[in-house]
Amino acid sequence: MIPAAFDYRRAKTIDEALALIGETAEEARFLAGGHSLIPLMKLRFSQPDRLVDIMHVPGLAGIWERNGQVGIGATTRYVELERSRILQDVLPVVAEAAGEIGDPQVRHRGTIGGSLAHADPAADLPAVMVALDAFLDIVGPQGRRRVQAEDFFQGFFTVDLAEGELITEMRMLPRRTAAYAKLHQKASHFALVGVAAALEIEAGNGADGVCRGARVAVTGLSTHAQRLRGVEASLIGERLEEEVIRAAAERAPEGIEEVNDDLHGSAEYRREMAKVFAARAIRRAAARA
Amino acid sequence: MAADATPSPGGKHVGQRLKRREDPALIRGQGTFIDDVRLPGMLHLAFKRSDVAHGRIVRVDTSAARAMPGVRLVATGADLQGVLPSVPVITPFPYPDHPAVTPDKVRYVGEPVALVVAEDRYQAQDAVEAIEVTIEDLPAVVDAETALRGEPALLHEGFANNVALRIISGTGVTEAAGTQDPEAVDNRELDAAFETAEVVISQRMVNPRIAPSAIETRGVVAQYEATRPYLTIWSTTQRPHAHRRFLAAALGLGEHQARTIAPEMGGGFGAKKIYGEDFVAAALSKQLGAPIKWIEDRSEAFLTTTHARDVIGQIELAAKRDGTVTALKARLVADIGAYEMLLTAFIPTLTHGLLSGGYAIPVIRSELIEVFTNKMPTDAYRGAGMPEAIFFVERSMELLARELGMDPAEVRRKNFIRPEQFPYKTAAGNEYDSGEYERLLDATLELAGWEEMRAEQAAARAAGRLVGLGMSFYIELCAIGPSTMFPDGGWEHGSVTVERDGRITATTGASAHGQGHETSFAQVLADQFGIEPETITLLHGDTAVAKQGVGTVASRSLVVGGTALLMAGSKVKAKMTRFAAQLLEAREEEIEFANGEVGVAGGGKLSFEEVASYAYAPQQLPAGTEPGLSEEAFWEPPGMTFPYGCYIAQVEVDRETGEVALQRFVGVDDCGTIVNPLIVEGQIHGGIAQGIGPALTEELRYDEHGQLLTGSFMDYAIPRASDLPRFELGVTVTPSPLNPLGAKGTGEAGTIGATPAVVNAVVDALSELGVRHVDPALHPEKVWRLIRGGER
Amino acid sequence: MSEKVPVEVRVNGELRSAAVEPRLLLVHFLREELGLTGTHVGCDTSQCGACTVLIDGRSAKSCTVFAVQAAGSAVTTIEGLAEGEALHPIQEGFWEEHGLQCGYCTPGMIMAAASLLKENPDPSETEIRSGLDGNLCRCTGYQHIVNAIARAAQQG
Repeated sequence: MIPAAFDYRRAKTIDEALALIGETAEEARFLAGGHSLIPLMKLRFSQPDRLVDIMHVPGLAGIWERNGQVGIGATTRYVELERSRILQDVLPVVAEAAGEIGDPQVRHRGTIGGSLAHADPAADLPAVMVALDAFLDIVGPQGRRRVQAEDFFQGFFTVDLAEGELITEMRMLPRRTAAYAKLHQKASHFALVGVAAALEIEAGNGADGVCRGARVAVTGLSTHAQRLRGVEASLIGERLEEEVIRAAAERAPEGIEEVNDDLHGSAEYRREMAKVFAARAIRRAAARA
Repeated sequence: MAADATPSPGGKHVGQRLKRREDPALIRGQGTFIDDVRLPGMLHLAFKRSDVAHGRIVRVDTSAARAMPGVRLVATGADLQGVLPSVPVITPFPYPDHPAVTPDKVRYVGEPVALVVAEDRYQAQDAVEAIEVTIEDLPAVVDAETALRGEPALLHEGFANNVALRIISGTGVTEAAGTQDPEAVDNRELDAAFETAEVVISQRMVNPRIAPSAIETRGVVAQYEATRPYLTIWSTTQRPHAHRRFLAAALGLGEHQARTIAPEMGGGFGAKKIYGEDFVAAALSKQLGAPIKWIEDRSEAFLTTTHARDVIGQIELAAKRDGTVTALKARLVADIGAYEMLLTAFIPTLTHGLLSGGYAIPVIRSELIEVFTNKMPTDAYRGAGMPEAIFFVERSMELLARELGMDPAEVRRKNFIRPEQFPYKTAAGNEYDSGEYERLLDATLELAGWEEMRAEQAAARAAGRLVGLGMSFYIELCAIGPSTMFPDGGWEHGSVTVERDGRITATTGASAHGQGHETSFAQVLADQFGIEPETITLLHGDTAVAKQGVGTVASRSLVVGGTALLMAGSKVKAKMTRFAAQLLEAREEEIEFANGEVGVAGGGKLSFEEVASYAYAPQQLPAGTEPGLSEEAFWEPPGMTFPYGCYIAQVEVDRETGEVALQRFVGVDDCGTIVNPLIVEGQIHGGIAQGIGPALTEELRYDEHGQLLTGSFMDYAIPRASDLPRFELGVTVTPSPLNPLGAKGTGEAGTIGATPAVVNAVVDALSELGVRHVDPALHPEKVWRLIRGGER
Repeated sequence: MSEKVPVEVRVNGELRSAAVEPRLLLVHFLREELGLTGTHVGCDTSQCGACTVLIDGRSAKSCTVFAVQAAGSAVTTIEGLAEGEALHPIQEGFWEEHGLQCGYCTPGMIMAAASLLKENPDPSETEIRSGLDGNLCRCTGYQHIVNAIARAAQQG
């Protein structure tokens, strides 16, 4: 399998990257790790005329804590997420989900920004970003803007990213009590269903263990990563005992439309697995309290 | 002669875990595989393939492709009519014509409709993308049982109801090879067995369609030299000599004008034999006067390298309440795909012969119907008809045990062919050579700790876990021969040359591709000559080097090829004996071979070099002896060998997801004499993995339009390291009386035995939910549905 | 067709340069341009791992990387693992433990193992197995491969 021809430019700065994309009238794409894009190009499902490589732009990769927030640069590779001490300490769900992606070689190359921009309906990180209520910093010809992850993912391979725009960074609050649970599709290791749960759990004040906030998001179930609002509603204000978790997880399919249905899992099965893995993610997140 | 040819299993090298001599190059990345073959001026071939399963070609527009950079030729099937012969088939039965590039009708997705030759691979692919094909759709035939009613369409003229072959075999059929005439069958014995049965088990079972999936795809490099004329062709083929025969004929050459080289090959498993792409490459090399290379993409491989299995069986077992099986009846429907390839029709016929399993079943009858559908043709794949048979038999035995409330081990024990009954002619027509089945069963139960396993299972179940144990007892049919049994010759060829310096060059027609012949065959010869394996080189895989051969198929290499080599070796030894006797002034009977020397015990000794240098420049020839030390031999086995084994699998099913975790896999195999235990273990391990795959994840699926849904490793899961447990294995050794080595073969054993063991374990795990049977592959959703059905 | 562009990659310690089409996959650059045919291709969807090499010390599938992306990087292929005659401990392990049959997946498997052991010098059997998630072998059933890597870890 051979990709169609294209022309390749390597950007040294963000401005240069934007200029290189903007100067051509033809289809141009940013290239990071390439692990979403190159397979599609080899199958000729994607045939861009130009690729602008952003892996050599300084400052686009990295993980940092600043002003009580955690920032992750767009070209940070999965393996860095998996191994990051910062993430393991304050956002273990990100490290955990990154470690479930593909295989070691894929994790050595693929980047978080690439994954989010590509928005495969079965990718792991979109659900995690939605559950963590992350913001995406985006830069483009019209300047900079911020988008909430929840609004960023709009549909099947469809995101809020205009032509020529580039994700630069993801920002989110620390949250130890968050977890990701995934049913692997055995061949591809994509998520047949994956659920990320981020919980705020009361400590002290005699209200120990009461869930004060919950964001739960699913991938693999539908066209794009989405919140499971019914599940969230059933958790808030409750102590996370097994019956509560089970009852909340039962509401996983609520409001999810266009449920995926293919040879690896029917819509019915995926709905049921969303319940199972919502419960597993919630249990695991609660256990981190 | 026989004694001379027999290296004892306790010989110095036979039986040793010798490290492989193949490995130093391969672990350095210095192997030469097909895509590593590069010739000056070489051009690259790529195919435009049908994306429609069934239809008529209306138009193939190649104009844009012709104009693209680097393109040297664009041709359609119509352009090539008369230039290319049809894809070869070895069968005594009628078969449809199968053009290498179809000129008119397409019958499966992936069928070649046009081609491009360009200066590099990238340009060739670009031009293929620019070819536009218009096809008028016909209804796609995708379900074998519907196809048998001639619906929704017929694939080939002359094959009513899409039936390729219908054959009835076994009890009540006089012809050993079966009959096509239902009127000629005597049903009395079969009917009586079922009428008097105390228990009847009846179950429909499906063996899914699977992809052999060697990690190296197919490929070919063809170089035609017009002036000689001579064709040299490198190809991924397990059968170089058959390949040469068909390729030479394809170009109108004699076999003396063609040479096939099978370079190092990244796995074959039965699927790499002779394909239309090779014909195309050879013909285009002749037409364009340049070497032509074609390398298959994985996406192409899923569509166009032969598939396997895809057999539906309706199995009925008659038994007594004490567990004794009195009869087995099978109706088999094999979905063979759109055409026949080399052995497509032959493979399903092998199923009948193993329907006796390891059991003395007095009455066996099968009816086999092979049917055309709009899918890639099936052909041989590890096990070739045997995994189907053993799956049917071993699932049936498990069903019988459950029906009678017996321990599955005891039902099997009750029916085993006993040691004193060998050679044993089964009701399915095969003569089994030797076996001690009960001894092996007991060894397996002990290795597994069967009673403890059952106790732990009971405890796990009491705790609400779905833990299952499954057993299978397999028989493998190996060393297919003599020639009356194998449509293309049941022998193998070998040659042994003691060079002037005393070192040995040997050749075998069994062309290895991972089986370690260069090591194990050298061990056999080393013991025969009393020398070290390092002084022996084994060559294979080139028709100009190995003069004749059948190939590495059907677990026959060591048994048939190894014996042929021994036969050639003993001829050389006889000559060395004559020369040495003359040089030492001793009697021939006194000459011994030991420790790298030839001589008389307690007397004079000669090195191999001394004997050889004399043999190649004899000052006085012994009477009736030619100079030189080079001999060859063909060996045809008197009958087939039947290795066997027993596997036990333990699984746990996730109640919530339906996922199956394979927790333990225990087994004992008996493949007769073992030449190199390291290599045998490797064969067993790999075989088991290839049997576990189809049990749990491997299944090729076409949609109702004949589109392959599982066309890549993204959708078709072969086992990964993390999917498998550490196999716990043992051996017993029951030599075969049919060859001087006592070897039986082992290449397919694991694949045959593993699938039913794992499926039996999953059914056992689900039995408390009322599940009686489930067909593989046991995808999580399929298992989850059974659990949910059972819980309701 | 797009213009060829110059690339410079340090391959097995040696600076190699060539003018290539941007779409040239790293695996084809290694195999066709540099003649390093030990790196194999077994699929076209980044699953099989036969094409695994080290890029800047980490395993990567060279079928899913353009040569132009690797410009300026250090690439190690199977040919660069042994030091002269002396085999790398992983190669030694594969030979000793019969970790290969046809040998086609082997270079990628060895390179994946090299990356694994660099990151985790003393892996458990489970870690070895999951460390091979990106590599498919159809011959061995993996057990001897796992043994080979465990042996190399011990030796290392």
